[in-house]
Amino acid sequence: MKNAGRWMMIVAVAPSVAEAHLTSSGLGPFYDGLLHLMTSPEDLAAAIALALLCGLRGADHGRRAFFVVPLAWLLGSFVGLVALTPQGNDIVSASWLLLLGALIAFDAKLPLAATTALGALLGLMHGYSNGSGMKLTLAVVLALIGLATAVATMTALPAAVGVRFGGGSTRIALRVAGSWIAASGLLLLGWSIRSP
Amino acid sequence: MNQHRTVPPIATLLVALAFAPDALAHLQRSDAAGFLSGFLHPISGFDHVLAMVAVGLWGAQLGAPALWVLPVAFPLVMAIGGFLGFVGVHLPGVEIGIAASAVLLGAAVLFAWRPPLATAALLVGALAIFHGHAHSTELPNGEDALLYSMGFVIATGCLHALGIAIGTVRRWRWGNGLLRALGLGIAAGGAFCMWQAVA
Repeated sequence: MKNAGRWMMIVAVAPSVAEAHLTSSGLGPFYDGLLHLMTSPEDLAAAIALALLCGLRGADHGRRAFFVVPLAWLLGSFVGLVALTPQGNDIVSASWLLLLGALIAFDAKLPLAATTALGALLGLMHGYSNGSGMKLTLAVVLALIGLATAVATMTALPAAVGVRFGGGSTRIALRVAGSWIAASGLLLLGWSIRSP
Repeated sequence: MNQHRTVPPIATLLVALAFAPDALAHLQRSDAAGFLSGFLHPISGFDHVLAMVAVGLWGAQLGAPALWVLPVAFPLVMAIGGFLGFVGVHLPGVEIGIAASAVLLGAAVLFAWRPPLATAALLVGALAIFHGHAHSTELPNGEDALLYSMGFVIATGCLHALGIAIGTVRRWRWGNGLLRALGLGIAAGGAFCMWQAVA
């Protein structure tokens, strides 16, 4: 009995590596994936920033982003499954926010190919980070599909706002929002460099 | 006689703790607290509030495009100040610089100073560096970095918006006088903060 108590204590104080990467929604893995984007500010802010940038450039850019970003995100997350440990990097996330926020704030006149390339790269990199550290199971596949669905939604809505209301004072308001995203990215970059 | 030598329980506990691996689970609890902490930081400082509202007031007084260029320049350059603070670049006289920003911006509103747009943006940007540096060096440990940063950038923007909203009184005849009186109040508040910083 004495030994049993000893072993119970060892088990209690020695946690195994908890690779929980998804917040449980209680509704199953698909919704866990949906919820993941909403509880990951680095991912959510980057997706919204890219969508706003595309929305400000016009409907063509918004439509392209709606398809490219979630698909690249899904592809990246499946590639990330081969990584055995989580690969998140705050410096990369901060750099994305700084870049996209600055492009919005300065109302950069990017061609369609450039916004498409940015969307694909963003999706691949953030997707890879999301998929890394997970094991390939049916539940994880469903969660990643849920995640890509959330990305599609959070790309479509801000892009639609940019396309529909992207003129006059609303355009200025969106550019101000871009400056806030860039400022937040720069601060996160400083924070990340301070505490690697 | 059975003479087993038993390991003391405390030794077992220490060994188990020493070899405990990392728990890599995401911590979601503190996210909202991080945002709120960042959001409240500029609002809880009298000197920060004075200067940031003054930026909005001055922008409203100058009209477009300064109306939105100044509130864009301030958070961006403030972030540069925060970045410098994070990476360990020392900036002397931060508290004095913050108080001076309230005095100068209040005076600009008081005298309805109308410099070229680039000069106004440069002045606002130069003063914003002190605010950003102060935010970064007063940062509490353990907060979510991005949400904290977003919180205080958004709070800064809201204070600018408050200044712009107050600045809409310009449309009435008595509005310009009220704005200039507010400028006087801000400059006086800044002088008080300066006195506290120097004393």
